[in-house]
Parts: sequence; structure tokens; C-alpha cells
Amino acid sequence: MKLISSIVTLSLIYATPIIITALGGLYSERSGIVNIALEGIMVVGAFVAATFTPLNEAVFGNWTPWIAILLGALAGGLYSLIHAFVSIDLRADQVISGTALNMLSLGITVYFCQIFFNQQRTKTFNRGFVKTNVPLLSDIPIIGDLFFKRMYYTFYVALALVIITAFILKRTRFGLRLRASGEHPSAVDSVGVSVRKMRYIGVLISGLLAGLSGGIMVLTQATQFTAGSIHGIGFISLAALIFGRWNAYGVLGASIFFGFSQIFTIFSKDIPLLASVPAEIFKAVPYVLTIIAMLIFSRKNVGPKASGELYDVSKR
Amino acid sequence: MLKKRNHLTLSLIAIAISFVVASIVMLLSGINPKIFFLSLFRTMTGVNLQAIGKENFFNARYLGEFIQISLPIMLTGLSVGFAFRTGLFNIGAEGQVIIGGVGAVIIGVLFKLPWIIHIPLAILVAALFGAFWGWIPGILKAKFGVSEVVVTIMLNYTALYLGNYLIKALPGSDNQKTVTLASSALLQSDFLRSITGNSRLHWGFIVVILALIIYHFIIEKTTFGYELRAVGFNRDAAEYGGIKVSSRIAYSMAIAGAFAGLAGAMLSLGTFDYGRVIGAFENYGFDGIAVALLGGNTALGVFFSGLLFGGLKSSQSLMQASGIPLEIANIVSALIILFVAMNNGLDYVLDRLEARKRKKNETN
Repeated sequence: MKLISSIVTLSLIYATPIIITALGGLYSERSGIVNIALEGIMVVGAFVAATFTPLNEAVFGNWTPWIAILLGALAGGLYSLIHAFVSIDLRADQVISGTALNMLSLGITVYFCQIFFNQQRTKTFNRGFVKTNVPLLSDIPIIGDLFFKRMYYTFYVALALVIITAFILKRTRFGLRLRASGEHPSAVDSVGVSVRKMRYIGVLISGLLAGLSGGIMVLTQATQFTAGSIHGIGFISLAALIFGRWNAYGVLGASIFFGFSQIFTIFSKDIPLLASVPAEIFKAVPYVLTIIAMLIFSRKNVGPKASGELYDVSKR
Repeated sequence: MLKKRNHLTLSLIAIAISFVVASIVMLLSGINPKIFFLSLFRTMTGVNLQAIGKENFFNARYLGEFIQISLPIMLTGLSVGFAFRTGLFNIGAEGQVIIGGVGAVIIGVLFKLPWIIHIPLAILVAALFGAFWGWIPGILKAKFGVSEVVVTIMLNYTALYLGNYLIKALPGSDNQKTVTLASSALLQSDFLRSITGNSRLHWGFIVVILALIIYHFIIEKTTFGYELRAVGFNRDAAEYGGIKVSSRIAYSMAIAGAFAGLAGAMLSLGTFDYGRVIGAFENYGFDGIAVALLGGNTALGVFFSGLLFGGLKSSQSLMQASGIPLEIANIVSALIILFVAMNNGLDYVLDRLEARKRKKNETN
């Protein structure tokens, strides 16, 4: 039981950044802009949060990580505006723009690590987020052990974001317009709503969320920012978005599963049957599964129809 | 994908803006950009401008290292460029390099052959391994319409872990690397080493020259290449014109993968003499995207832009030694991609302006 509860808890902790970033990707793709820069935006968010934390721990105390992740979100949002401008206004290929931003993020963050801290990483912080037992809820038998003991509060933030996102996209006028921009932009345009504006908002939200998630990731899983801090989680989030079929609750499920496959190697040693399977196989699981999922979905057109396509008003 | 409005001019503008922006970043962080340009120049020519007239102002080692580092980047540039020509985006060169490298290592570890068979076999297997890894997204795109962008991203990570697993599984390997490869499989050369001040320059440059020629020949001179380009320009028109679009897509990705696989051979048989377990991507594939974009997906363009990005990559050690964070080279590379991408937008803006002007003239 102890093993199971620690597997569940740790899976949820590792799923947290995947959930939030994948939700970000959901907004962007739903609006019609492919955002493979999620990885790079997370890097920027993580760098800003990890730079702020050690310098201000003494001032803000327990509030430091919360302020840090908000700043990370803000930085991610600003950074994503480059993607929005280049791919919406300058009509560049969205995948190329995303690739450039991914490369730029590692260059620019580690560069400024060297400028600020004279090393290729940020200064270590004393503590990021702290694992806590949620009052009252953690006393519930079984459920308390699984979901409310030794958890980071950031997981509940991610959970709330899933519910909010599902509501916004399905039930609000804004959500309808955003989705329509990714499905049938000329229809949106014909009723007087600006496709350009909807897509800007979609990309901006994806940047804010990916930045937030990068901050959370570095403040829950590390003690400083390095070039390896994000190590592909942005791309796993992209996988979770597809595996979750461009749907908020699907994203939640897929992310938890991918979080599980991240930590599985830690526990596989204790499980006799799995101890002999090499760690590399588990690490490759999310990627292989995503390809298989894409094959299964390929006939069903589950993704946004106009995602990745330019919308040219003059060609309506 | 790229329009033909004088690609060279637009590329040079992109490079210039990137260097200006990078210089501003350096100035803002209190670093003299002059050191950056001196380091880059010294890397790419071997000449130390600050020591002109002194005894050792020229060091051939820089030149050898610079060419050696450019070799795999040119090949990944060809890989990405080949796919671009067919309207496909091969972000997967990174993984194809890894798998190709593993193929070369397997031949180098397991076989004992005379060099005249061993070297070509190792290179061929690297190309075949890379081709297989490129064929997977190609066939999935062709048969199921699955986005090659996402599949290749996923296959990059799969390759990273699978490659490490295979390297560790070879006889004699530890957790870091394989045993030293049979010398009959290696591209390394004492002669090239001796004339370049002990750099790691190796015979792989011959492979790269051949690859550039083959690329040019396939794309520009054969019916097959014409069909690939037709698919790239307009898939529907090509289909209507009787070209088997889906098989061309699969072939194109496989050939792209083969070029990247060759880059893996350069690394395993030339730069190093053993197979390595790698903790993270080494960016050869991503550099290839930059090289192909800047080079306009032509063999000649890839050659020159490969030299530029190779220079940036190999100047990093010198920059770090002169007190500039080596990441500035990565910043410049990324900026160049960004500005080349923007150039397509600029092209569009220019089109719109011209159209407006024409309209004005008509109404007058």
C-alpha cells in the first residue's frame, strides 16, 4: 500500500507541469496556431522563476515560490508573443518559428545564467515549493494517502486549471470563438470576430501557462535551473495534448499517465517482474504510445481542422 | 515552402540582423562584441587578428576543427532540405543521426574486415539505419496522413533512449561508451591530423562532398527529384499529374533519414572512435534545420550555410576562453532561423505592397 500511494503521489507531482503545459498547447492549437515552442517557453519560465527565488527568498519567505511562478508565467507569456507575431502577423511557418524559439530559449537563459551568476546554472535556492499534507483531507483513509499527503499545492492548481479550461472552451462564448478560429476561421471572420485577435489570445494563454509550468517544474523538481531542467517535458506535453485528443480532461488523463512513466523507473527496481526491463524502455514509452495514438486517431479527425494553417483574409 | 524572391539577399539580411541583435545583447550585458567577431574569424580561418605579425598568428588546428564540426551539420542540412523540397518538415534529423551513428558503431564493434570493405559497410549501414528511422514518419504520413512533425519529434526521443540502450547492449560496453571501434572502420587519419595541428579532421569530408553532389543530382537532374519537388509545390496537382504522391513522401523521408544517418557515421567513425551513451540531444539535427532554411534547400546553399553554422558551433570553446558565454553562438543560430522565417513574412509584406501599388497605378 505504501508503495502504491507513493507511486500515485509522485506520478501526480511529475504530471503537474505536463498537465499545465498541455493545457497551454490546447488553447494555442484550438485557436489554430501550432505551438511546438512550449518546451522553450517552459525553459524561459523556469529560468525566471529560478533566478527570482534565490535572490528574494529572504524577503518574501514562504510566498517566494508563488511570486516566482507568476513571474515565470509572465515571462512565458511575453516570450510566446514572439511566436504569435512571427507566425500570425509575419505569416511565418509556425513549426519553424517554434523551433527557433526552442533553440533561442536555451541559448538566452544559459547566457544570462553566466552573466548573472558566472556559471552555467542559476544559484541554488534554499527551498522551492514544500510538500505538504492537506489539512483534513489527508486524514481520509486511502484517498487521503493517495491524493493529499506529501503533495505540492501546485498539483491542485493544475487540477483547477483543467476544470476552468474545460468550462471556458465548452461553455463560454469566448471558448466557442477560440475553437471556431481553429476549425473554420472564415466563419469566425464573417460574423465580425477578429481571427487574428483570437489567435493572439490563444498563443498568449499558452505562453502564460507554459511559463507557469516551467516555474513549477523547477521549483518542485530541482534546486536550481540548468540547461537540462526541462529536458523534453514540453514535448511530452505536446504528446499529452494529442494523446488526450485536444480535450482538457483527456489531457489530464494522458498527463498523469506520462507522469507515471517518468517516475516508473524509480520503482521498477522494487517490482520483481519489471526489474529486468531496462530504464530506457520506460523512458521511451510516452513517445511510442503517442505515435500509436496518432495512428488510431488518424481516421477520426479529432484535432482542430485549421490548426497550423495561415488565415489569409484576402483569400476568403 | 520558401519563395524565390532572391533568397540570397533575404538570407544575408537575416544573418546581418541576427549579428546586430546578438551584438546588442552582448553590449547590454557588458561584453565587447568585438571579441565575439574576432573569435569567430579565428575559428573559421585559423588567423588570430590580434597577433598578426607575431610568430604564431596562424593555427591550422582551428581550421581543422571547424571543418570537422561542419561535416555532420552539412549532412543534417541536406537531410532537412531534402524533406523540405517535398514539402515535408523533418524535425527528426536529430534522432536519425543517433540511430545512424548506432548502426556504424555496431559494424565497427562486431566485425573484423579489411578497411576497404569495413569503412564503406559501416557508412552504408549508418545511412540505412537513418533511412529506416526517416521512413517510419514518411510511411505514416503517406498511409495514414499523420503529421510528420509530431511523429519525428516523438521519434527523436525514442531514438535517444533506444540508441543508448543499444550502445550499452553491445559486447564490452560500460554505462558511458562502447569499446574502441576496429581501426579498419574508422575515418580518422594521422595524415589529416598532422597537417592541421592535431585537430580531429577526418576523411569524412569526402563523404560529405559526395553527399552534396548526390543531393544536387537527385533533386535537380532526375525525374524522381522532379516528382519530389512537384509533390512539394502542390500535392494535389502532382497526384493529378500521375505522380504516386504517397510513395514519393515515404521515399523522400527515407532519403532524408539516410543523409542524417551519414552524419551519425561522421560522429561515430570520425570525430570519435567509440559509440557514446548521450544524456541529451547534441543539436546536430536542429542545426540542420537552420542550415537547410538559410541555404534555401539547395546543395550549394547548404554547403555555405553549413560552414557558417559549423563556424558558430566550433567557435564556442574559443569564446568561452575569451570570457564570452559560449551560448551566444546558440543565440545567433536561433536568431538566424527566426529571421529567415520572418523573411517569408517580409516577402509576403512586399507582395502586398506591390499589389497595392499596382492597384493605385490602375486607378490613376
